[in-house]
Amino acid sequence: MQVKVFVTPRKGILDPQGRAVENSLKSLGFGNVANVKIGKYIVLDVVAGSTAETREQVKRMCEQLLANPLIEDFSFEVDGQ
Amino acid sequence: MKWGVVRFPGSLDDLDSLHALRDVMGEDASLLWHKDESLGGAQCVLLPGGFSYGDYLRCGAIARFSPIMRSIAKFAADGGLVIGTCNGFQILCEARLLPGVLTRNRMLSFICERVVVRVENAATPFTCAMRQGDLLRLPIKHSEGLYVAPEAELSQMEERGQVLLRYVDSDGRESEAANLNGAMHAIAGVANQTFNVFGLMPHPEHAVEPTLGGTDGLAIFRSIVASVG
Repeated sequence: MQVKVFVTPRKGILDPQGRAVENSLKSLGFGNVANVKIGKYIVLDVVAGSTAETREQVKRMCEQLLANPLIEDFSFEVDGQ
Repeated sequence: MKWGVVRFPGSLDDLDSLHALRDVMGEDASLLWHKDESLGGAQCVLLPGGFSYGDYLRCGAIARFSPIMRSIAKFAADGGLVIGTCNGFQILCEARLLPGVLTRNRMLSFICERVVVRVENAATPFTCAMRQGDLLRLPIKHSEGLYVAPEAELSQMEERGQVLLRYVDSDGRESEAANLNGAMHAIAGVANQTFNVFGLMPHPEHAVEPTLGGTDGLAIFRSIVASVG
């Protein structure tokens, strides 16, 4: 099963990259842009018996390695869902 | 006393740390390979600066899974002394041996400067040869040194005295300008709740001889030696 993991800075955590890009977008003329966040997009394949099993495993992968819960939130899709 | 300096793939300051401990301090220090599980009888383990595993994913996130880290976690749980400088600090945070995490500097740029840090708690194995309020001039060189922890945890850490070093100006006062990386509470170094694990972004090992521009880093190593006795 193909898994797409999205890791983003937690709300309230300073994201200097997002802020720098937001300022650059504004200076390009996109004055209507706000809340730019820069995160990570991780793709992986998992062999498992069921989607539920994959979801449970990916959640643990995120909590233990792919994201640092102190500063990052994560979400993921399994086979596009 | 006996020291172990861990070498991860991508460690940079391992040899400088050995030089500081062996050649300058006259200590019995040896390198520990990250795949080893033995700490070689070390009384203090030092995790040096560098870019372990290329800083992939997050600084220190991969090094945390090196076999030696299991031994270090057990050593620390038994009260053993562990100090991490720069990338070593990042690894200790990712390994949850220290609270918080280090993120990208406020200005996004790599910072290579000599900074002043104030000793906030001198009643620890890492600071006992100093006095509270002492100022140390130490170099920093990092891109990810902005210390972050949840506010509630920070205030508990402050109450317990876990903040050992804070960035200040040359008069010892806190200011935004003196906090180059933008660390929360201007934190430069923190200890765990049992005060046997310490991480700091500045590099004491680069401030051990006058030719390096200063010797203030010796106070930290001397504290550790004095605490072991």
